Amino acid sequence: MCNVLRWLMSAVLLLGVVAWHDAAAQESATTTYGLGHVVTLEEIRDWGPNISPTGDGLPPGGATAASGRRTYARQCARCHGMTGTEGPDHRLAGGKGGLASDAPVKTVGSYWPLATTLWDYVNRAMPFDQPGGLTSDEVYGSVAYVLFLNEIIGEADRMDALSLPQVQMPNRNGFVSDPRPDVHLGARERR
Amino acid sequence: MSQSTRRGFLSLGVASGALLGALRPSSLLAQAQTVARALGRGVSAYGERSRFETTTRLLRDSRHPEASSSRTPLQDLQGTLTPSPLHFERHHAGIPDIDPSSHRLLIHGLVDRPLELSLAELRRLPAESRIHFLECSGNSGALWREASVAAAHTTRGTAQSTHGLTSSGEWEGVPLSVLLNEAGVRPEGTWLVAEGADASRMTRSVPLTKALDDTFVAYGQNGEALRPAQGYPLRLFVPGWEGNISIKWLRRIEVVDRPYMTREETSKYTDLLPDGRARRFTFVMEAKSVITHPSGGQRLTNPGYHQLRGIAWSGRGRVQRVEISTDGGRSWEVAELQGPVLPRAHTRFRLDWTWDGSEVVVQSRCIDETGYTQPTREELIAARGLRSGYHNNAIQSWKVSPDGTVENIYV
Repeated sequence: MCNVLRWLMSAVLLLGVVAWHDAAAQESATTTYGLGHVVTLEEIRDWGPNISPTGDGLPPGGATAASGRRTYARQCARCHGMTGTEGPDHRLAGGKGGLASDAPVKTVGSYWPLATTLWDYVNRAMPFDQPGGLTSDEVYGSVAYVLFLNEIIGEADRMDALSLPQVQMPNRNGFVSDPRPDVHLGARERR
Repeated sequence: MSQSTRRGFLSLGVASGALLGALRPSSLLAQAQTVARALGRGVSAYGERSRFETTTRLLRDSRHPEASSSRTPLQDLQGTLTPSPLHFERHHAGIPDIDPSSHRLLIHGLVDRPLELSLAELRRLPAESRIHFLECSGNSGALWREASVAAAHTTRGTAQSTHGLTSSGEWEGVPLSVLLNEAGVRPEGTWLVAEGADASRMTRSVPLTKALDDTFVAYGQNGEALRPAQGYPLRLFVPGWEGNISIKWLRRIEVVDRPYMTREETSKYTDLLPDGRARRFTFVMEAKSVITHPSGGQRLTNPGYHQLRGIAWSGRGRVQRVEISTDGGRSWEVAELQGPVLPRAHTRFRLDWTWDGSEVVVQSRCIDETGYTQPTREELIAARGLRSGYHNNAIQSWKVSPDGTVENIYV
C-alpha cells in the first residue's frame, strides 16, 4: 500500500516535470513579446544578398572581363573612365604598390582586400544614379572588367560564385587591427 | 515671505534699478522701446525659430549632394543637445522618402526565428532613451595633412568647418539585445551585418558583443520622430563608435559568423599608416574637445572678461576633466564641466577668462574616465603619419589676434 502510494507520487511528479519541460521547450520556440512574424527563407531571398568574404550569397551565373567590357562602358565609364583612372569619380585602377608613398592612391587594385566586396558593393549601390540596376551577370562582368583593368585576372577568366572568392587581391594582407589607444601623453605632461 | 522682507526686497529692486539706470540710462530706454505696441502672432501648430536667428548647417561643395555632408554650427549652439534640423549629415546615396507604415525590419541569419517587425511593433517593445553624441570618423579630417597644405584649406576654419561633423541628441528606441533575444541568436553568431534602405543599401558589420552591450535601434530624436536625414523612420545607434556604423534607414540585420568586409569597412573608413598598411575596424571615437568661444571666424570686440566655452566628448565613456591653455599649451587650467556628465555624450565646459588684448593661442584637451588624454596634432602624426584621414582627435588651437579676430592655427 505504502509502496503503491510512493509509486503513484513518483509518477505524478514525473508527469509534472515532463509537462514543465515541454512548456519550457515551447517557450524557447517563441518570442518573449509575441510581436513580429517569423519569415520563411523564401521571403528572405527577396531582400537581396549580403556577400560574405568566402562568397556566401553570390548568385549563379558569371561573366568574363571580355564580356563585362560592354557593361562597364555603358554603365560605369561615364563616372570612372574607360580605364578606371580618368574619373571624375573614384579611381578604380592603378596605384598598386604606392600605399606607403607620399601620394598614395587607393583603388580596387591597390587597396581593396577582397573581390567579394566589389561584387557586393556594385550589386547594391551601382550605378550611382541607378543603384541595383544591374543584373547579376552584369555585376559579374563589370567586376571582372575592373579586376582585369588592375591586372589581377585575365581577360578570359570567368568570374562566378566559385572563382570570385578565390581571387587573390594585391592588398589582401594590408590590414591590421585597431591598436588604439596608440597615443599617450608622457608623465611630464600629466598633472 | 513676510511683509517687511518683501518691502526690503522691493526697495532693493528699486535701488538696484535706480543704480543701473544711473549707470546705463540709454540701454534701459532702448529696452522700454522694444515692448510690442501691437498684438503679436497667435499660436501655431509647429514652431519656428525667431527670424533673427539664422545659423545653418555648412554644406560641403560636392558634385554629388546625395553623397555629401553638412556640418553642425557648433559655435552657435547652447548647451549640449543639437537641434534636429542642425544635426550634421553624411549620406552615401541621398535621403530616402520612407513611408513608416510600409517599413519593415528583418532580423535573420544565424537565428532560431527569422523575424520581420513593423514600426508599430518596434514601438511597442520595451523602450529606452539615451543622450549620446554621434561623430563622423572623418570629422577634422581636413586638418590631418602637412600643416602647410592643411592651413591652405583651414586657416579660415570655424568650429563648424573643422569640428562640425559631430552632433548630439536624445535618442529613443529598442535595445538591440531585446530584438536579438526575440530572434534567438545561435551560438555560432558573432557579428551582425546591418543594412540601410537608402539607394546604396549602406552596410556595415557590427560585432555581436557591442550589439548586445549598448547598441539600440532608434526611432526618436530630441522628443520627436527621427528626421529623414537621420534615418527616419529607423536607425541603428552604436554609442561612441564612428558615425557611419550607426546605419540609417535600417531595414535589415543579418546575424553572421564573421565580419562581411563591406565596402565601407575596407576601402573606406580604414586608416592608412606610413608603412602602407591600414587599420580596420577602428570603431571608437576617442576623447576630443573643441573651444567654441572664442573660435575661428569670431571676433572679440574688446579686452576684458570673456568666458571660454566649448564641448568635449569621448566614445569610451564620460569626460572626466577638460583642461584649457591660453598660452599655446605651456600651462593648463581645469575648466568647469556642466553636469550631468553622461557617458558618450557631448559635455559642455567653461572657464572664466580675462583677455588682456595681446595675441594668445587657446586650446582645450579632454581627459576621459579611462584616463586617456586627448593628444596633440604632433603626437597623432608621430603615431599614424599624415595619410590616416579618419579619427583625428587632436587638440585644436585658435589664435586670438590683438584686433580680436580668431583663426585656426597649427602650433
